[in-house]
Amino acid sequence: MSESLPDSTQLGATPNSGADAPTADAAPPPTRPTATGTVDPVTANVLYADHITIKFGGLIAVNDVSFSIPPKSIVSLIGPNGAGKTTFFNVLTGLYQATEGTVFLNGRDVTLIKPHLRAAMGMARTFQNIRLFNLMTAEENVMVAMHPHLKAGVASTILRLPRQHREERQARDTARELLEYVGIGHAEGELARNLSYGDQRRLEIARAMALRPKVLLLDEPTAGMNPQESANFNDFVHRVRDERDMSVLLIEHDMSVIMKISERITVLDRGSMIAEGTPDDIRSNQTVIEAYLGKTGTREGKRNKT
Amino acid sequence: MSTTATQAQPSRLRATLYRQRWPIGYVTVILFLFVLYEFILPSLVKGVTAPITAWLPVATINECLMWAIMALGLNVVVGYAGLLDLGYVAFWALGGYTAGWLMAYPFNWTLNFHLLSPVPARAPGTHINFWLVCIIAGTLCAVLGIIIGAPTLRLRGDYLALVTLGFGEVITQFFRNSNDIAGRNVANGDPGISSIDPIGTGPLGAAGIAPKLLSNSAAGNVWKILVLGLLVGLCIFISLRIREGRLGRAWLAIREDELAANMMGVPLVRTKLLAYAVGAFFGGVGGVANASMITTAVSPSGFDFGKSVLVLLMVVLGGMGNVWGVTVGAFLLAWLNSNGLKQIGVQLDSWFGTSLAGSLPRYNYLILGLLLVLMMLFRREGLIPEQRTAALMHTASRTEAESLGADSVEAASETEAFAHSDAKADALIAASAAAVSPVLNEPEPEREDVR
Repeated sequence: MSESLPDSTQLGATPNSGADAPTADAAPPPTRPTATGTVDPVTANVLYADHITIKFGGLIAVNDVSFSIPPKSIVSLIGPNGAGKTTFFNVLTGLYQATEGTVFLNGRDVTLIKPHLRAAMGMARTFQNIRLFNLMTAEENVMVAMHPHLKAGVASTILRLPRQHREERQARDTARELLEYVGIGHAEGELARNLSYGDQRRLEIARAMALRPKVLLLDEPTAGMNPQESANFNDFVHRVRDERDMSVLLIEHDMSVIMKISERITVLDRGSMIAEGTPDDIRSNQTVIEAYLGKTGTREGKRNKT
Repeated sequence: MSTTATQAQPSRLRATLYRQRWPIGYVTVILFLFVLYEFILPSLVKGVTAPITAWLPVATINECLMWAIMALGLNVVVGYAGLLDLGYVAFWALGGYTAGWLMAYPFNWTLNFHLLSPVPARAPGTHINFWLVCIIAGTLCAVLGIIIGAPTLRLRGDYLALVTLGFGEVITQFFRNSNDIAGRNVANGDPGISSIDPIGTGPLGAAGIAPKLLSNSAAGNVWKILVLGLLVGLCIFISLRIREGRLGRAWLAIREDELAANMMGVPLVRTKLLAYAVGAFFGGVGGVANASMITTAVSPSGFDFGKSVLVLLMVVLGGMGNVWGVTVGAFLLAWLNSNGLKQIGVQLDSWFGTSLAGSLPRYNYLILGLLLVLMMLFRREGLIPEQRTAALMHTASRTEAESLGADSVEAASETEAFAHSDAKADALIAASAAAVSPVLNEPEPEREDVR
């Protein structure tokens, strides 16, 4: 029953949790992959998508986009509706196959690897419209995501061998710790469907974190949050990055969140990457402004019109 | 020291008893049935025993127990993993035929092989011990389940149901034509295989406590309660245990949201195949139990589509996913099917002078269908539902309700807040509301579109 996993990290061993974690300020600046060959983008990044193109029939959803997530970084993917963000996301997680291009996870080519194995190798995601296991408790939801890291088979479960018993207990402890970490420790026994919207979002993140990923992909995590919650979310993402040693990729609509949180932003529009850079770069980027507001929305557009 | 020990003893005992309450309860019920039919009823007067044996004959109890094995097996597939299987009868058939091949007098071949069998050593044919055959048949069915599941379980929902439906029919047709598979008589075709070995009781039989062979006699039938009870108990045990671990969680997750489960590292095909294999194992054991203890013969006509539906009905009516619900469902439907309807007919006849005793059992599927419709109308979750499902059937989920509009939720929370606040705060809120209301009631000034 045990999956052959590339890494054999032990359950419950959260590396680097709290003790010697660097603060947000001391975090190393993300290594920008360059075309000069000084840094190999495949090995320098946790996740590297190389010239990805996705076609649905004759429709090009994503067109030749390269994208990298350095270790312990917080990067974002933004773009107007229909820009291909979620499609791109789905290629990274393996839900869609890229028509062209390669995806590397921890330096390994995972383009043809199935989603559940990618998950086991260190990639976890949340969903734009929450997809929890509604009739399972919060704790069970988190424990499902430990599936690849647990080893018990059919026989040892039926016989309840000591090893399986211990493993289950540890998994439960880890699940509770994670729920505590995202701030819903009180709800461990609640069915997921009974949680409030915000708590469901938190539970989704806890569930994704249970996979012990190297990179956490969050699809519109602040949708439906109020400003206060969004601000807290900002701190939370930094905490996850620093204490849990994860990179975070965000898809977001809320610009205030994006600009505050991200170290690097990639902008997609109609399937193509139109800009990439720090929040300040993006804020002042003319192409991005046009993509969001339309040409008429900009000063230049107005001038042309009159 | 001693005082603490004596104090600790009863509470620990009580805790153990509480933890083991289902095995204790279950064993009690089975033993009670056994003692009732073995010792109590024979010593009572006929006036007392007659209604009991008329409404619940021993043979019916055995049939109910056998169906419980089947329902528990299908419950793993349908209830736990949420895979609709309309061809479950295939595993029942294969289990039965395995018994026909390994523990019966020969219909064709004359391979004489005996292994721990109660049948006299000089008897022709292959005779293997019942328990071994159970394991062999279960394993065979599990393998078959994996073989047919591997290509079909990639399908979703309705498609899977259709494929399993076809598979159930294929197996029946295979056995129907089995007297000439490439010129060989594999399973004797239409007549099937008869005279399957009864269970031997070994040392108990030798000591004269139990009959030596559990044949279809009055004495044998009573002892079958214990054998079948043990099998059902094992199935319940396995169902409950497997539910709690890593695999059970993965099944539930797949049932809830296949895609999300996959994204959380649950291998879909492998996990579904395991559900299929475990369910098929139970089905195989059920087939052996049926062939050896209920029918003592197997023939293709016994394995029709109706049986698949019957088992599915037991699971759905009893309460998908709940082991106890499914067991109760199996008992109820198996009882109605084998004896209950006839007995109800007899009773109605004696009350109203009708003549339903003969016809009522023939309308069994009509009546079961009506029962199903009524259940779906009034108690969709089944007789004894799984706790989590029960909630689903009757209340909207929180986000679902919230998606109907933030207003309604806000209104609800406000009412709640009012309900919890004290009178003084109420007055304050009312006053402020009154102060604000003229403003609120004022028509909003027309605003220019900012955009």
